[in-house]
Amino acid sequence: MAKVTLSNVCKNFGKVEAVAGFDLEVEDKEFLVLLGPSGCGKSTTLRMIAGLEELTDGSIYIGDKLVNDLPPRDRRIAMVFQDYALYPHMTVYQNMAFGLKLRKHPKAEIDQRVKEAAEILGIQNLLERKPRELSGGQRQRVAVGRSIVRKPAVFLFDEPLSNLDAKLRGQMRVELSKLHDQLNTTIIYVTHDQVEAMTMGTKIVIMKDGFIQQVGPPMEIYEYPVNKFVGGFIGSPGMNFLPARIVAENSKTYVETKSFRLLIPENKVSYIQNHGNLEVILGIRPEHIQDSAFADASSITDTFKAMVEVVETLGAEVQLDVASGEYNLTARVDPRTRAQRNQEIELAVNMEKIHIFDTEPPNQRVVTEKR
Amino acid sequence: MVTIASTVNRRPSAGIFSKMRSRRYAAYWMVLPLVVLVVGLVVYPFVYSVWLSFENKAETKFVGLQNYLRLLKYDTFWLVTGNSFRFTLIAVFFKASLGLILALILNNLPIGGQRIWRGVSLIPWVMPLALSSMGWWWIFEPTHSAINWIIVQLGGTAKPWLADPYWARAACIVTNIWYGTPFFMIMYLAGLKSIPESLYEAAQIDGATALQRFIYVTFPMLSKLIGITVMFSTIVTFANFDIVRILTRGGPRYTTHLFGTYAFNVGIETGNLPLGSAVALFMFPVLGVAAFFILRNIARGEE
Amino acid sequence: MKLSLARQRKRKITYSYLALIPFLVFFLFPLYWMLITSFKPDTEISSLKGIPLIINSAPTLAHYKYILFETRYVKWFWNTLQISVVVTVITMVISILGAYAISRLRFFGSRYFGVGIFCTYLVPPALLFIPFYKVVGILGLLNSKWCLLFLYPTLTVPFCTWILIGYFTAIPKALDEAAFVDGATYIQMLTRVFLPVAAPGLIAATLFAFTVSWAQFLYPLAFLYRDEEKVLTNGIYTTLIRGDVYFWGELMSGALLASVPVVILFAFLMDYYIAGLTRGSIK
Repeated sequence: MAKVTLSNVCKNFGKVEAVAGFDLEVEDKEFLVLLGPSGCGKSTTLRMIAGLEELTDGSIYIGDKLVNDLPPRDRRIAMVFQDYALYPHMTVYQNMAFGLKLRKHPKAEIDQRVKEAAEILGIQNLLERKPRELSGGQRQRVAVGRSIVRKPAVFLFDEPLSNLDAKLRGQMRVELSKLHDQLNTTIIYVTHDQVEAMTMGTKIVIMKDGFIQQVGPPMEIYEYPVNKFVGGFIGSPGMNFLPARIVAENSKTYVETKSFRLLIPENKVSYIQNHGNLEVILGIRPEHIQDSAFADASSITDTFKAMVEVVETLGAEVQLDVASGEYNLTARVDPRTRAQRNQEIELAVNMEKIHIFDTEPPNQRVVTEKR
Repeated sequence: MVTIASTVNRRPSAGIFSKMRSRRYAAYWMVLPLVVLVVGLVVYPFVYSVWLSFENKAETKFVGLQNYLRLLKYDTFWLVTGNSFRFTLIAVFFKASLGLILALILNNLPIGGQRIWRGVSLIPWVMPLALSSMGWWWIFEPTHSAINWIIVQLGGTAKPWLADPYWARAACIVTNIWYGTPFFMIMYLAGLKSIPESLYEAAQIDGATALQRFIYVTFPMLSKLIGITVMFSTIVTFANFDIVRILTRGGPRYTTHLFGTYAFNVGIETGNLPLGSAVALFMFPVLGVAAFFILRNIARGEE
Repeated sequence: MKLSLARQRKRKITYSYLALIPFLVFFLFPLYWMLITSFKPDTEISSLKGIPLIINSAPTLAHYKYILFETRYVKWFWNTLQISVVVTVITMVISILGAYAISRLRFFGSRYFGVGIFCTYLVPPALLFIPFYKVVGILGLLNSKWCLLFLYPTLTVPFCTWILIGYFTAIPKALDEAAFVDGATYIQMLTRVFLPVAAPGLIAATLFAFTVSWAQFLYPLAFLYRDEEKVLTNGIYTTLIRGDVYFWGELMSGALLASVPVVILFAFLMDYYIAGLTRGSIK
C-alpha cells in the first residue's frame, strides 16, 4: 500500500518521444487506469514505474522512495503481463512461489501465502498443473495470484484482459474490482478498452501521443470530457460530432448544423457566447438522442428530423444509424420505437448534455456549466 | 428466389469422390520419387551391406557372423571403438557448451552487430569440411605448425601434433569443435530468441539475478532444443570421416581412427569389403539409440 | 547496482564484445593462416625463420598460378559445379514433390514419412559407401563422376524435404481452399501458390543441396580415381601431395579457391540459410 508519484517523467526512444513530461499522483489504495489508444505511452509509463524501462528524464517515487535507479525487484511492485508470462516448465504452485523462493522466505510461509492467494482466486485445485494445461482465464488468475503472493506496495497490470474473449473479460472485470476491495491496495492498470477503465477504475488517466489528456473519476470524464479526443474515446457507441455554428436570433441562441438547428438552453448561453468563436464542433452522445415519441419529458430537449438508414435491435434498446443532410449520427433509442429503414424520424436531443468543442486542435471543450 | 430445397437435394457424391480419388492419386505419384530414393538408395544398400558383412573376403561364400567375431578380437578394433566414443563425447560436449556460450554472448549484442558476427561465426561450418581440414592439417604440421610457434613464443614447448596419439586425437577433436560449434550457436541463438521477453521481465520483477534468470528461465526453455541438437550432432560426429582422414589417416598406428575411416581403410584400401562393411555396421546401434532419443523428444514435444 | 540502467546495459554490451573476441580469433585464425600461406613463396613456407604469422617476403601468386594452370584444377572445378548443379535440381524436384504431398495431401502413411526421412540419417555416408562401392562397380560407373548423381541425393533430399515440409505446413490451409474455389488443380496450387509463398524455404533448400554436394569428400575419394573425373575436394587432396612432398602453398590456395563459391553464396543468402536451418527448432 503506497502512493506513487511521477514527476516530469519523460521517455524518448531515440528521436521518438513516447512519453512527454508527465506529472501524476496516484493515491494510496487507488485503482488508477491508464487509458488510451495504441502508442499513447501508457504501457511505457507503466514499465517505467516497474523499472523495466529507463526514464529519459524525471523521477518516480513509490511511497516516499525515489526508485529511478532501483531494479524492479527492489521497488516493491508486482506486475501482471498481457501474455501472463507464466514459467511454462513450472507448476502453478511453483510459478506463484518463485518470487518468494528467490527471496529465501521460509517454506512454511511460502506455502501459506500461495494457498491463501489461490483461495482468493479460486485456483486451489490447479496448483499442481502446468500452464499449458490451463485455459486463458485460469492462466490469467495464476498470473494475478503470482502478484498477490508477493504482497507488493503497488500492483501493476499491463492490459491483462486483452487476450480473453468478451464474455470472460466481463467476468474478470467484476472479479478484479472485487479483488481491489479485498486486497485494499494500490493498483495501476493499463488498457485501451474504455469499458474496463470506466467499470474498474477509481481514477482514469487518458493519454494520447505521450501526453495526459485528462485525469479524473470515470463519471467526471464521461460527463465533462476536456476535449474532443476524450469525448470520442469514452462511451460506446462513440459521441457524434458535427461541425456547427452558433447563431443568435430573436434573443435566442441556436447551435446550427447544415441541416438542422437546436436551441441552446438559457443556462449555457453566456458560457458559449463568451467562447467567442462562432464556428464550433457539436458533440452529442448517442444515448442523449431519443426517439421524440418516447423522449424523457423532464429534460430540456430540442428536436430535429433525420432519415433512418440502419436499425440495429439490441434487445434492451435500439441503435439507429441516421442521416441528416451529409452527416451520419448514431442514436440509442427506446426499444419501443417504431423507426423503420428509409423512413424519416423525429429525434429529440437532451440539450443539457450536449458538448461544444473548439474547432482548433486540440479541440478543447467549451465549459458550459459551473462546477 | 433461391429455394433452400434446390441446394439440399443436390447429390454430393460426384464432386467429392473424384476429388478424393484425384487427391490420393496425385499424392502417390508425387511422393514416389522420394520413396524410390529412400528405398532404392538407402534401405537397399543398407540391407546389402548387412548381407555383405556376412560374406568372406573374396565374396564367394556366406560365413555368417565370422567377420564380426574377427573384429571383436582385433585390438585395433577396440582402439577404434574407444576412440570413436571418446571423440564424439568430448567434441559434442564442447561444441554444445561453446555454442551456447557464444549464442548468449551474441544475443546480448545490438541487432546490427549481432547479424554481422553471427554470420562471421558461421564461416567454419559453411566452409567445406575437407578443405578446412586441410587448413588445420597445415596448422598442425610438425615442423611448421603455427600453433606450436605461438605456444613456444608464450613460453611453452612444441606439441607433437599428429605424431603422438594423445595430441593427434586432441587435434582431431579441436578441428571438429571448430567446425561444429557454429551449428550449435545458430540453433541456440534462434532458441533464445523464441523465449518471450516478458518471461525475463516477470523473473526480474520476481527478483531473479542474471544467473538465476539463466537457470530458471533460459535453460529450462532451451532444454528440449539442447537435447535435440546434441543427439543430432552425436549422430553426425560419430560418423565423421573427413577430419580424421585428412589430418591423420587414422594414425599414428590406428589411434585416431573412427568407424568411418577404419571402414574405408579395411574395405577399400585393403580390399576387404565384407569386413569393412562389418566395421561400418557397428556404428548403427549407437546411431539408432541416438535417433530413438530424438524421436521420443519430438514426440513428447507434440503433446 | 548503483549504475543507471542505461549504463548497465552499455557495460553488458561492451563485455559481450570482449567475450566475443576469443571466439572470433578461434574461428578466423585457420582461414587467415591458409590465406597468408597461399601467398607466401615456397622458400618462406619451408623456412623456419621469421614470424610465420605475417608474410615476410613479397607475396606471390605462384601457387594460384600453379594450381590453375599446371593441374587439372579447372577441370575439377567444372566437375564439381556440374555435379552440384544437377544434384541440386534433382534434389529440389524430389523434395518439392515429396514435401508437398506429405504436408498437404493426407494419404495412407503420410505421418510416418517424417520419421522415415529422419531415419535416413541413421545410414550416413560412412556406412553407405561400402555397399555403394559394389553397386557403382557393377554399374560400371566407378571412376565416372556421374555416379555421384545417384549418391548425393541420399544426403541432400532428406534434409531438403524436411525443410520444405516445415515451410509448406506453415502455409495456412485457407490459401489452399481459396485456390480450390478458384478452380486450381493440385499442380497449379503447387506452382502458383506454394512455391511463391515458400520461396525463402526453396532458397534455403537449394543452398543446402548445393553446398552439401560441393563439399562432399568421402564418396569422390572412394569412387573417383582418374584425374579428369575428380572433384575439387578429392582432387586437391590426392594430387597435391607427391610421395612425401606436400605442396602446402598449392594446397592452401587450392582449398581456399574451392571454398570461395560456397562462402560467397552463403554471404549473400545467409538469412535464408539460417532461417531454413532454425525454423524447425522454434517449434
